[in-house]
Amino acid sequence: MNALLKATRLTKRYEGRGGCVDVDLDVHPGEVLCIVGESGSGKSTLLNALALRSDIDGGALTYTTREGEALDLLTLAEPRKRLLSRTEWGFVHQNARDGLRRNVSAGANIGEPLMAIGARHYGRLRETAADWMSRVELDAARIDELPSAFSGGMQQRLQIARNLVTGPRLVFMDEPTAGLDVSVQARLLDLLRTLTSKLHLAAVIVTHDIGVARLLAHRLMVMKDGRVVESGLTDQVLDDPQHPYTQTLVASVLPV
Amino acid sequence: MNALTEGYNFAYLDEQTKRMIRRALLKAVAVPGYQVPFASREMPLPYGWGTGGLQVTSAIIGASDTLKVIDQGSDETTNAVNIRRFFARTAGVATTTRTADASIVQTRHRIPETPLTDKQIIVYQVPMPEPLFRLEPRVTECKKLHALADYGLINVKYYEDIVQHGSIATTYDYPVLVNGRYLTSPSPIPKFDNPKMHMNPALQLFGAGRERRIYAIPPYTKVKSLDFEDHPFTVQKWEHACALCGSRDSFLDEMIVDDQGTRMFVCSDSDYCHSRRDDEEVTR
Repeated sequence: MNALLKATRLTKRYEGRGGCVDVDLDVHPGEVLCIVGESGSGKSTLLNALALRSDIDGGALTYTTREGEALDLLTLAEPRKRLLSRTEWGFVHQNARDGLRRNVSAGANIGEPLMAIGARHYGRLRETAADWMSRVELDAARIDELPSAFSGGMQQRLQIARNLVTGPRLVFMDEPTAGLDVSVQARLLDLLRTLTSKLHLAAVIVTHDIGVARLLAHRLMVMKDGRVVESGLTDQVLDDPQHPYTQTLVASVLPV
Repeated sequence: MNALTEGYNFAYLDEQTKRMIRRALLKAVAVPGYQVPFASREMPLPYGWGTGGLQVTSAIIGASDTLKVIDQGSDETTNAVNIRRFFARTAGVATTTRTADASIVQTRHRIPETPLTDKQIIVYQVPMPEPLFRLEPRVTECKKLHALADYGLINVKYYEDIVQHGSIATTYDYPVLVNGRYLTSPSPIPKFDNPKMHMNPALQLFGAGRERRIYAIPPYTKVKSLDFEDHPFTVQKWEHACALCGSRDSFLDEMIVDDQGTRMFVCSDSDYCHSRRDDEEVTR
């Protein structure tokens, strides 16, 4: 099977420092890949580079579309990039407010990606928005409320609905559960796990929380100082860590 | 040339400036609806009073032209009177209040009710040429959205309008898609006038002085007002007829005429209203 997203020696640095260096990775359809590491290890930089949200300094990045066409993302024209990120990808921000439009209602937030790709029927947009609200366990009767009327966990679910409404094949998530309290986190993780398996969704999730990785990820990549120090199946990496840094990371999880 | 205008060039602006504006106009006509930047000059009236329209008119007016200036449809408001007098003085051109007699119509906030012909040019005064202004604050991003014809944002606003008001609440400056390509601000004309822009035989020029943009809609160009399939674009309708001329198909202004709050509806287009009343007297 062909990889959905394939990066080879991907490098993104900030004035010669930091960032991520020589990262190789591939994501297969329906696979959840978690990138773990401490703050400043370059995992968010990597995620932004993969999602074409920042410029890339070196390496190669290819994506295979629904039609089986392999696209070189580094030389792709801007209109095609936009179309790709709207029809095949989603991007879930750490803070829901970065990923939502705050001055329009929940329904408009979910409908926006559809309108961006040409939907022009109010009634159908509304139906779809209500449907997606219930799919992410939000009360569809609150469709006309502003995002600020929802709690933090609900806003995050709203953001997820907004990203999944176009039926993407690959979703990038940047610390989707950070800043939520544990019971809300648990519900959100449960939802994410259900959605990814039900929709056969591939995901690249950046997190510093080993628990999130354990629960969601099929495969794990551990980053330190901009480089991948260890990667493999989640259970394999977490139960038998080889690299000293991974060992520290696993050992640092507080026992309950 | 009298003592007041001595030392000034024909139609106030110097020839080099006019050439610069004409170049911008040519480009604007070649790419319908595209906002062309130009080096807007200081004009002897404040921004917001029609400096953009004034510069466009100045660049295209000739000695044999007849100028009409309207403000909110009226020939008699301060803005209209002053701009008309400005060109009468600096260019010595004939002025008129009759739409049919004018070769150039400079307008603020209305399109005349009398249909324009292919011998006429209409110049709009534009305060904010960017239709995405309230939706996308970044100028660089707006440019990108125009370049990619990426106009879904407008529908997000309309969606929200329908949620809050039950219908699309934009009633003036209603964005239009020109020639199926560029999203364009029609200047703050009521949406009642939007259909008149579609396939209009006259050349339509737009000048925004403060924002330094010129754009155009060439004659017989398709102009579409954006909407939803199940909430189509509609224009305003009134239950009243004009109290003066009895017209039922012109744009009406609501006026409060005494302290008791008595209301009167009259045509906003003063020339249209006058000519209808004149015709009535003739037939009587």
